[in-house]
Amino acid sequence: MSKTSTLLIRTPEGIVFSQLLAGPVSRFMAWLIDAAILFAVSSILGIVIVLLSMVTGGAGQAIGLLAFFVLSIGYSIYFEWMWRGQTLGKRILRLRVMDAEGLRLKFSQVVIRNLLRVVDMIPMYLVGGLALVLSRRAQRLGDFAANTVVIRIPKLTEPNLDQLLAGKFNSLRAFPHLAARLRQRVSAEEGSLALQALVRRDLLEPQARLELFAELANHFRAKVAFPTEATDGTTDEQYVRNIVDLLYRSNRPAAGAAAVDSATA
Amino acid sequence: MIIDLQRFITSERPYWTELESLLYKMEFDPKQVLNLATVRRFHYLYERAAAGLAKVNTFASEPDTRRYLESLIARAYGEIHETRDRRHRFVPLVWFFQTLPQTFRRHARAFWLSVGITMAGAVFGGLAVAFDPDAKAAILPEMFANHLNDPSERVAREEHRTRHESAGQMSTFSARLMVNNIKVSINALALGLSWGIGTIVLLFYNGIILGLIAVDYVAAGQTVFLLGWLLPHGVIELPAVLMGGQAGLVLAGALIGWGQRRGLRARLRAVTPDLTTLIFGVALMLVWAGLVEAFFSQYHEPVLPYAVKITFGCLELALLVAFLSRAGQTRPTKAVLPQPPSASA
Repeated sequence: MSKTSTLLIRTPEGIVFSQLLAGPVSRFMAWLIDAAILFAVSSILGIVIVLLSMVTGGAGQAIGLLAFFVLSIGYSIYFEWMWRGQTLGKRILRLRVMDAEGLRLKFSQVVIRNLLRVVDMIPMYLVGGLALVLSRRAQRLGDFAANTVVIRIPKLTEPNLDQLLAGKFNSLRAFPHLAARLRQRVSAEEGSLALQALVRRDLLEPQARLELFAELANHFRAKVAFPTEATDGTTDEQYVRNIVDLLYRSNRPAAGAAAVDSATA
Repeated sequence: MIIDLQRFITSERPYWTELESLLYKMEFDPKQVLNLATVRRFHYLYERAAAGLAKVNTFASEPDTRRYLESLIARAYGEIHETRDRRHRFVPLVWFFQTLPQTFRRHARAFWLSVGITMAGAVFGGLAVAFDPDAKAAILPEMFANHLNDPSERVAREEHRTRHESAGQMSTFSARLMVNNIKVSINALALGLSWGIGTIVLLFYNGIILGLIAVDYVAAGQTVFLLGWLLPHGVIELPAVLMGGQAGLVLAGALIGWGQRRGLRARLRAVTPDLTTLIFGVALMLVWAGLVEAFFSQYHEPVLPYAVKITFGCLELALLVAFLSRAGQTRPTKAVLPQPPSASA
């Protein structure tokens, strides 16, 4: 993962947690959704105002003028404050405005980041876009002044491992010491990469599927070399499946664990 | 690495769930005050989850659990380590009568700088029109097109006007003034990001227009009309725009950080609430000024004597000055110095 895509925050307890920073494209998409919503609301408002001015004359127009202004400035401020850093567009795209140091988002920060948008918008969001691409924490100028970042909230869904891996004999399980070494050497990203490849295996073209799993299998073979009797006759995909099985279901046999349990009981 | 992940998760899960529900409650209702036992429990759960994260971090195969814990700890961290003052309830009157004037005074230097820049612009504009009457047409933006003619003509026209705009037209005019002025002030604030250069240019330019129109009317012998026309709304509107400039200069000051020990981020963090307070104060003032300008300033002599308008303007100014300089002052309490231990003892 590149340095620019995560924000690392270190707590006084020495624990480091990371947040995924949102890139320019997803933020732009969120902005588009918000702009569309604003456009729709102002169109409806426009009709109401026309009807209102038929009754009241100029006063309706005045109310309309003020309403448009308040709407254009207040929309983001209101929603980001009420929804803890999310507008409708951000909510749909799972983005969130956050304090850059992981603290609570304050009302003043929301106001300042949205008011300073006028500078970011010169011309056609060029200033803001450039700042976003160049800055280490993917901030536009308004974010910078208000000390905020926009993060991505990943979907937290547990993959259905049982459906994926159940009932398959795993020849690698016979070598627990190698399995332990494997878990030690494989990073979380590598593990989830292999898992994702398995989850989406049916979406791949046959040729691409072969190549992808060959590449993955070779990668894992380079990490830990299992003896040939365990790997003979398994395809690359089966090998990756076995690896994932080892990584994600480390304690299925639970023979040792059961023994410890009975000992402590 | 040696931990039994499955058992670890099974045994820790209840604590995480408890922390999550506690967090949910705190986020849902920030006003609630937790009792000591709950706070202790919360802190314990936070530390337990953090320790769990440290363990899971070494585990290659659990990115989901790690991410879940990270998001949990991020939220709890925000709640625990927030040290900036957290007002439980926003009280508009306290904000208006204390926070706003106090904030204004805290950054008085930026305000006077803003005044100085505008004055320099005004002098420049005044001199320009005094020496070269054509300058007016070159400098004035389209918005002020009705000032291109001779001021005396306008005065005569205004004073002999028989019918005035309807209330509806005037409210539209008023709304347009508010929107435009608030936008200018927001720009003055936001341009502070250009290390203040944009704010300075904007203030200077505003000053030029002001000086130009003022000198133009005074030279045409229409000083009374000018005062009657400008004072009722100008004494609020101009200070408001100057305060917008003040906010921009405060932001620029935090960016430049002259003679300050704190880092850039800490400086910005420190001024953010003040900028918000200032800009909301500015918006309020401009709403008032917009109302006055549309419904009061545009009536001239036969309808409304200039003396009334000028007095009204002066009264407003006095109130504003008193408000900004006095309101929200905390009475200095008599400091009781600790007595030094007597020598005889």
